Amino acid sequence: MTDEHNHRLRRLKNTGMNALFVLCAILVVSPLGFVIFHLVREGASAVNLDFFIHLPKPVGQPGGGMGNAIAGTFELLALASLIGVPVGVLGGIFLAEYGGERLNGWVRFWADVLNGTPSIVWGMVAYSLVVLPMKGFSAYAGGLALGFIMIPLVLRTTEEVLVLVPRSYREAALALGLERWKMIAQIVLPIALRGIITGILLAMGRIAGETAPLLFTAFGNNFWSHHLAEPIAALPLQIFAYAISPYDDWHRQAWAGALVLVLLILGLSIGVRLLAGQKRSPN
Amino acid sequence: MNLTMNKDVQTPPSAGQPVSAPNPAASRPAAAPAPAAGPAFEVKDLNLWYGTHRAVQDVTLQIPARQVTAIIGPSGCGKSTFLRTLNRMHELTPGAYHTGTILMDGRDLYGPGTDPTVVRRRVGMVFQKSNPFPTMSVAENVLAGLRLNGVRDKALLRERLEKSLRMAALWDEVKDHLHKSGISLSGGQQQRLCIARALAVRPEILLMDEPCSALDPIATAKVEELIHEIKREYTIVIVTHNMQQAARCSDRTAFFYMGKLIEYAETQQIFMNPSNPQTEAYVSGRFG
Amino acid sequence: MTNDPVPAFPPHMKRFFDAELETFRSHLILMGETAASQVRAAIKALVDSNASLADQVIAADDELDQLEIKIDEEAMRYMNLRAPVATELRLVIVGMKASHDLERVGDEATSIAKRAVRLSAEPPLKPYVDIPRMANIALEMLRDALDCFLNGDTAKALAVCRRDAEVDSINKQLYRELTSFMIEKPGTISRAIELMFISKSLERIADHATNIAEEMIYLAKGKDVRHSEEVKKNGSVA
Repeated sequence: MTDEHNHRLRRLKNTGMNALFVLCAILVVSPLGFVIFHLVREGASAVNLDFFIHLPKPVGQPGGGMGNAIAGTFELLALASLIGVPVGVLGGIFLAEYGGERLNGWVRFWADVLNGTPSIVWGMVAYSLVVLPMKGFSAYAGGLALGFIMIPLVLRTTEEVLVLVPRSYREAALALGLERWKMIAQIVLPIALRGIITGILLAMGRIAGETAPLLFTAFGNNFWSHHLAEPIAALPLQIFAYAISPYDDWHRQAWAGALVLVLLILGLSIGVRLLAGQKRSPN
Repeated sequence: MNLTMNKDVQTPPSAGQPVSAPNPAASRPAAAPAPAAGPAFEVKDLNLWYGTHRAVQDVTLQIPARQVTAIIGPSGCGKSTFLRTLNRMHELTPGAYHTGTILMDGRDLYGPGTDPTVVRRRVGMVFQKSNPFPTMSVAENVLAGLRLNGVRDKALLRERLEKSLRMAALWDEVKDHLHKSGISLSGGQQQRLCIARALAVRPEILLMDEPCSALDPIATAKVEELIHEIKREYTIVIVTHNMQQAARCSDRTAFFYMGKLIEYAETQQIFMNPSNPQTEAYVSGRFG
Repeated sequence: MTNDPVPAFPPHMKRFFDAELETFRSHLILMGETAASQVRAAIKALVDSNASLADQVIAADDELDQLEIKIDEEAMRYMNLRAPVATELRLVIVGMKASHDLERVGDEATSIAKRAVRLSAEPPLKPYVDIPRMANIALEMLRDALDCFLNGDTAKALAVCRRDAEVDSINKQLYRELTSFMIEKPGTISRAIELMFISKSLERIADHATNIAEEMIYLAKGKDVRHSEEVKKNGSVA
C-alpha cells in the first residue's frame, strides 16, 4: 500500500520538477525568439536589396537604406581587429607560455578590469587620444575604441585555449630540440588555432553591437565615407539615430537595421559554433 | 639554427669519414660499430628537487653506450624524473632543480656552454602517451624535427622519412598513407610514429618513458623488437613498469626506490640473483 | 580439431629472442648426438680391445659436461628473461632434464670406456654378443627418443618406454651367465665383474633413454607418462 503510494508521490514530484525545468528552458529561449519575431514583424518589410546598397533618404522620401552603415560597421570591425587581434593574441601567448606567476596574476587582473570597464569609457579614451588631437571624429577613433574592448576578450580566450593544449605536445616538440618560440609558433598555435579564431569571432560579435563608444568617436555619417579619417556610419549608431527620431519611416528603418545587426551577430555565433563544434580527435 | 652545423660541433666525424663531408648528419654510417666508446652518460651524485621534495637522491651510475638500460621501480620512485634529467626536460617543470653532475660523452650536460636544445637533439625522447602532432600528417610528424630546425633538402628529407619509418617498423603499414593525419593511426602505430619522429633527427641516445604502457601485447612486442633492432646504433634508456619488459629488452637494469638507486647491474643478475633484498622483493612482486 | 570458424590469426610473429630458443634446441640435439656417439665408441673400444679409442671417449666426456652447463645456463636465462609459457616453457624444462639424462649417458659411456681399457689388457672372457646387442637396443632407444624431439613422433617415444624391459631382461640374463662363470672359474672374477658393470651401465643408458622419451612425450603432448604402465602398454597418448 504505502509502497505504491510512495511511488505515485515520487512520480508526481518528478513530473512537477520536469515541468518546472521545461518552463525555465522556455523562459531562456523565448526572449530571443520574441526579439527576432518582433524585429521581423516591424522591420522585415524594409529589408530588401535597396536597404543594403542605398544611402538613407531624407525624411519624407520613401525607400533608402543603410548601405553606408553596414559597410561602416564592417570597416570599424576590421580596424578594431587590427588592434585587438594582434595585441590580444600576443598577450594571450605571453600569459600562457611566458610570464611568471606573479606577473600573470596582475596581467589577468588588469585584463578582467578592462573587460569590465563600461564601453562608453573606451569611447572617451579614444576621444581624448584620437579625436582631440586630430580635431575631428573619425573611423580611426571608432576602431580604436572598439579595439580596446576587443583586447581583453581576445587575450583571455587565447590564453585559455593555449593552456588547454596538452603538455605532451609541447614536451614532444621540445624533445625534438626545437627552441621554445618555434614550439609555440609551429606546434602549439596550429593546434590552438581553431579556438583562437573562435575567440576572435566571439569578440567581434560582442563589439559589432556596441553603440556607446562610437557616439563621439565614429560619430556617424549619412553618406558614404571614403576616408578613414572622417566620421563613419555604423549600424548601431544609425539605429540609434533613427529610433529616437519622430518619423514612422525612420522607425521602420531602425527596426530593419536592428534586424540586420542581430542577424549579423547571430551569423557570427553560428560560425563560432561550427568552428568549435567540429570534433577534433580525442587527443 | 641548423641541425647539421650542430652535429658538426658536437660529434667530430669518425675516422674514415671525410672531414668535409657535405652533411655528416645525413651520412652518419648506419652500422658504425661503437669505437670502444666510453659510457654514454656518467651520472655523479645527482639530486633532484621539486621545490622541497627530493625526487632523486644521490644517484651515481654510468649508462653504457649502444646498450639498452632499463630503469624499474614502483610509481613515484623517481625513475621518470631521473630519465628527464638526461635530456634536461626537467628544466621545464617550474621549481625543479638539481645538484650533481651528468657527463655525456665526457662533457658536462649542464655546463655553461651547453644549449639545452642541442642536448635534446642528441638525446631524443619517446613518451608514455603517444603524442603525434594532431595538425600534421604522418610524414610531417616524422619530419617535424628536421623541418622546423631548418632542413630544406628534399632528398634528405625523403630519405630520412623512409629510413625513420622503416626503423620504427612502421613503413609498410603507412607508406600509402603518408599524408593522412598522424592521429588517424592506431594506438600502437601512433607510438611507433613518435619513435620514428624521435629517430628522424638522428639522436645518439633515445630515452623512452614507459613507451608501451598504453599498448596491447602485439604492439608492445613490435616496439620491443624495434628496441632490439636499433640498439646497434643507439644508446637506449627505457623506464618501464613492466618488469618482464625490462627483462626482455635490456642489457642492464637499474632499480630505483624512493628516489634512490638501490641496485644497478646486468639485467640477468637483477632478475636471477639480485644482491639487495629490496630488489629481490620488488622483482619477485612482493612489494611496490 | 574444431570446425568453428575462428578468425584467422595474424601470421606468426617473429620475436627478437626466437633465435635463443633455436640455439637452445640445437645444443640439445648436439648433446644427444654426442652422447650416442660416445656410447657407440665405448662399445666399439670394448669389442675391438682398442684402448686408445677408449681413451678418446674418456677425454671427450668433458664436451658433454660443458654442453650440459651451457644448456642449463641458456635455460635459466630464458626462463629468467623471457618468461616462457606453454610449449616454450615445456621445452625449457624438458631441455634441462634431458640434458641431465644425456650427461649421465655420457658418464656411463666413460665408465664403459674405462673398463674397456682395463679389459683390453686381458683376453676376452667370451665372445661379446649380448653386450653389443644390448648396446644396440639402448642406442636405438636413445635415437628414437631424440627423433621424437626432432619431429614430435610420440609413437616412437612410447615404443622406447616399452623396450626398456627388453634391455632389463638381457641384463638379468647376463648377470646369471657371468655369475656362473665366476663360480666355475674364480680366475675370471675380475673380468666378469667388469662386464657385469658394463652391462649395468648399458641398462642405465636404456633407463636414461626411457626418461628422455618420457620427457619428449611431455614436451610434445603436455602429458606426464612416467610410471603410467597403462599408457605405455596401450601405446598411445591422447
